[in-house]
Amino acid sequence: MTTDPSLVIAAATEGASAWDSVAAFVRAWPAMWPDLWLGTLDTVYMVLWATVFSVLVGLPLGVLLVTTDRGGLTPAPAVRTVLSGIVNVGRSLPFIVLMVAVLSLTRFLVGTTLGPTAAVVPLSIGAIPFFARLVETSLREVDRGVVEAAHAMGTRRTTIVGKVMLPEALPGLIAGLVMTVVTLISYSAMAGAIGGGGLGDLAIREGYQRFNEHYLWATVILLIVIVQIAQSLGDLLVRRLSRR
Amino acid sequence: MIDAVGLHKAYRLKKHRVNALNGVDLHVEPGEIFGVVGQSGAGKSTLLRSINLLERPDAGTVHVAGEELTALRGARLRAARRGIGMVHQHFALLSSRTVAGNVGFPLEVSGVDRARRRARVGELLELVGLGDKARAYPSQLSGGQKQRVGIARALASRPEVLLSDEATSALDPETTESILVLLRRLRDELGLTILLITHEMNVIKRICDSAAIMESGGFRESGRVLDLIGTPGSLLARSLFPLPAHSGPETVYVTYPRSFDEPLMSELTRRFDVDVNILGGGVEKVAGQSVGRLSVDLRGDRRDQALTYLSDHGLLVEEAAK
Repeated sequence: MTTDPSLVIAAATEGASAWDSVAAFVRAWPAMWPDLWLGTLDTVYMVLWATVFSVLVGLPLGVLLVTTDRGGLTPAPAVRTVLSGIVNVGRSLPFIVLMVAVLSLTRFLVGTTLGPTAAVVPLSIGAIPFFARLVETSLREVDRGVVEAAHAMGTRRTTIVGKVMLPEALPGLIAGLVMTVVTLISYSAMAGAIGGGGLGDLAIREGYQRFNEHYLWATVILLIVIVQIAQSLGDLLVRRLSRR
Repeated sequence: MIDAVGLHKAYRLKKHRVNALNGVDLHVEPGEIFGVVGQSGAGKSTLLRSINLLERPDAGTVHVAGEELTALRGARLRAARRGIGMVHQHFALLSSRTVAGNVGFPLEVSGVDRARRRARVGELLELVGLGDKARAYPSQLSGGQKQRVGIARALASRPEVLLSDEATSALDPETTESILVLLRRLRDELGLTILLITHEMNVIKRICDSAAIMESGGFRESGRVLDLIGTPGSLLARSLFPLPAHSGPETVYVTYPRSFDEPLMSELTRRFDVDVNILGGGVEKVAGQSVGRLSVDLRGDRRDQALTYLSDHGLLVEEAAK
């Protein structure tokens, strides 16, 4: 970076009216852009990896929550009680507390507690139970009659999960995934508060600690844009997949 | 083809014990359409689901096509189930798959390769009259079309036995009729054995060779439909031909178990000098035969002789007052 963008912005904002400050914000944008772009990349990086882990763990967990239930494919009330308890613990911790609580685990897994990679650990742990519950809800909406019909056709239970329950619930699962991504974007901004990097980090460091409101606005705008893109893509997909 | 002996099944609903099956014996001949009729809660559904062991009976045995299903578990039970098709009241189609995908599902599950699956699906859709709907999704079909898809799917792995769980109960009368015609045609063409449950007497009347009336977990009456109609005091006959309540000591119910060419009633008045007053009646096509039931007042000195005359001609005569 050649010039400190905050200085440019500070100069631009002095004694400005509302329109002037908008103009100043626009003029300051090119100077802020390198930071904002890096922040965006970090946010996307954290959210994507956390999403991957949430699906890898949350999807099977959600499936188990349904199949181990009474009247499910493999009823095991004890297993379900334990799993459900674990999910509830994960769901009841505020994310910012969870982040601090898992610091030592993060250090053990990643070697550091700073930076976007380190942030993936608490983000995943926070999102897994969230996604698992959403998976559970959409699987429960699958018509029981269809599952019974599959049994009557001599279908294995694993096949029933893979070829009946999951495909039938797919629109709901995608909607749940989008909700998880949006939640992760918001969590990732919180992760910024303890040095996770990304747009949240930028907003806290530049916007809050250095009172640079242009950074604050810019991160807000970018976060809104990212959430809009994620939501629209998801909605499009759900509409495409929905055959009801 | 289907032999169930001594089926018992009880549920625990909170503190209550509900006996869904109370020692039911069921015997269905090959190529027969057997209907079980009863109110909801009579245990029909449990009985049907016990045949392919969607519900395992607490006691009793089930044989289908010579194999004892109640002795099977796991993979062997699944294999046996593939030899039994099932159609469902609410169709139970996969909304995420096309019609072809639904019909091909049982084949896919049993490992039939794609090319043979496609050929068989085409064949099945032609059979049920949906040759042009292969690529449609269930949500784009009418109820009757959905049930045709359900039937095609049930037949995919060439079962000998078809179980029908209120297959027409969610359909309007015309569609019901077309589905019943289809089921009977399939029985005739493929030699299927069909066990169906229904709460509609019409279904029994239209396509069943044999029937059972079920009440609180047991059969009140069962046998060949025409025999039942010719049996004194038959519940089935009474349900198929609702007649006005008897009006006097002279009223008799006369059942024609087949169609008659001779004018029996006018013969009666001529020969025995009795007065015949028809109070009500009906003629229905049952199990492919015209069957009639009359409620008449018979008065005259030689009334008893007249009644004997009718019985001798193969009519079933019941005194309403008795």
